[in-house]
Amino acid sequence: MLTEKVIEVKEVWKSFKTVQAVMGISLNISKGQFVAILGPNGAGKTTLVEMIEGIQKPDKGEITIMGKHWKGHQDELHRIIGLALQETRLIDKLRVTETLQLFASFFNIGKQRINEIIEIVGLEEKRKSYVVNLSGGQKQRLALGIALINSPAILLLDEPTTGLDPNARREIWEILQGLKNKSETSMILTTHYMEEAERLCDYVIIMDNGVILREGTTVQLLQEYRNLDDLFVSLTGRRIYE
Amino acid sequence: MSKLLRLNQLWLLTLSLFREILREPGVLFWGILFPILMTLGLGLAFSKKADVIRKVAVISDSLAPDKDSANLHYFLDKKCEQSLPVDKDDYNWKFEIRDEKLGNSVFLFYPMDWDKSMVLLKRGTINLILKESEGKTEYHFDPLNSDAELTYMKLSGIIGDGEVLPEGKASEIRPLTLSGTRYIDFLVPGLITMGVMMSSMWGISYGIIEKRSKKLLRRLVATPMKKSHFLMALITVRVTMNFIEALVLLLFALITFNMTIQGDISAMVLMFLAGNFAFAGIAVFVSSHTSNTEVGNGLINFVVMPMMVLSGIFFSYHNFPDWSIPVIQKFPLTMLTDGIRSIFNEGAGYQEVAIPILTLTATGALFFGIGLKIFKWH
Repeated sequence: MLTEKVIEVKEVWKSFKTVQAVMGISLNISKGQFVAILGPNGAGKTTLVEMIEGIQKPDKGEITIMGKHWKGHQDELHRIIGLALQETRLIDKLRVTETLQLFASFFNIGKQRINEIIEIVGLEEKRKSYVVNLSGGQKQRLALGIALINSPAILLLDEPTTGLDPNARREIWEILQGLKNKSETSMILTTHYMEEAERLCDYVIIMDNGVILREGTTVQLLQEYRNLDDLFVSLTGRRIYE
Repeated sequence: MSKLLRLNQLWLLTLSLFREILREPGVLFWGILFPILMTLGLGLAFSKKADVIRKVAVISDSLAPDKDSANLHYFLDKKCEQSLPVDKDDYNWKFEIRDEKLGNSVFLFYPMDWDKSMVLLKRGTINLILKESEGKTEYHFDPLNSDAELTYMKLSGIIGDGEVLPEGKASEIRPLTLSGTRYIDFLVPGLITMGVMMSSMWGISYGIIEKRSKKLLRRLVATPMKKSHFLMALITVRVTMNFIEALVLLLFALITFNMTIQGDISAMVLMFLAGNFAFAGIAVFVSSHTSNTEVGNGLINFVVMPMMVLSGIFFSYHNFPDWSIPVIQKFPLTMLTDGIRSIFNEGAGYQEVAIPILTLTATGALFFGIGLKIFKWH
């Protein structure tokens, strides 16, 4: 039963100069829940995730992670969150193991976990390769490995498969599916890909222009509409990538 | 978290940033070999004079037909080496002044009419025209052109105003070759300090801006990493690289050009560290906000270019107008260069460089403090 709340967002507002990025959004995410935030560019998804991640402060409203505010609990909260961005370029001339070792040192994690992560993200044969020599998909798997290195209670993924080819995207999905089956990690995934949300997430939030247009369990939404694309069109009158 | 674990973080950050630099093949060339090659090139260029070739036009229809010893025609025919021109651009006469102390000067004379000489003068091919008038030699040149003036002075010392004079022996010239007075002694401390500035500004500033634009900083601060550790690691790596680069350049200069450090070596090390600290602080300040590498380029150039030109690296800043000198002397690079140079060449010690050391340290602390205050991690 998914009941324990790990993330609580209450009536959050955020603007940048003249742009109102997020307008009064509220949401709750429970332990082990995988939530997709869908929306076109400029919908406010990334701003919302950045506020949950603690790098942006809301103008109004409140965000708590495991019942704690960011202020005064930064070190503690950083220890339970994993993060992967659309394109993080790591240090090119570090090997895969050295990169993981560097990030592991911030959490005081030993070699055993580094080896586990290399296995989870399927980079066994690339452990001695320089980051610069990895393909786009391999780099993104490494970024996901870094996000998982501290066995996070909360995983924030900001468009992690954008720009990847279908094979590389599927590899990332398999890793996340494995994580869902084996752990109690909660995940927020922002994406443009409806298929990604349908396949990985049990709850979907559709955003546009800084507000939530519709939310519900994936099963519930797919009972009402043939797929999430159709739902988005019915809500906005356009396709998500237009 | 215990101090030991924090130290392990710092060590791994420092090691990672070292690996990033050392695994880049260009670093060895641009950081170590290039300054040596520049020193070697400039050192040789200014320690051994090459033959200077000076091209001179002679207005042929002005030459008196009789070869009287008191005219230009006589000088060209009797004193110069004759040459039969094959091409229209070949010279007719050649005269060499061989001088071990001042270097050899070779004068090439081209007969032509006045109109053609004007064309060549405008093109800069020649800078002096010789013409004979009533038995006297006339020298036509732009008095504002110092090279033309030098050609005139050398030639008039031989030809006179119509009378060919014996070549000067320059026996009264005593070349200064004492260590500390040569151009190379002036140049090497400047190259070392310029290396510190360039390496700090590009290595730290550009490194930070690039990591911010690649979202690596954002990724790092999403962990429990201590933010100050990242900057400390970046600065430690850069100062260590600066030290290695300066040491290699210094050893090369000491061995190749017989330079000596006449002052206190420990004061020089302290001065070097203060300079590194100043530029590290400035570099953090400059890179504290932008994530755009183009803007970063501009900001870094805005800081380094004026100092590179004005701070007396390649030539003395005393050539600039008097009013500007007190301003130039307050630039961090000028302070560092003057300090290192005075230890190198004037035998200075702690007493002479204490104020620059303190000023540079305070500059570094001030900029570092402000930079950290406004630093953007994402």
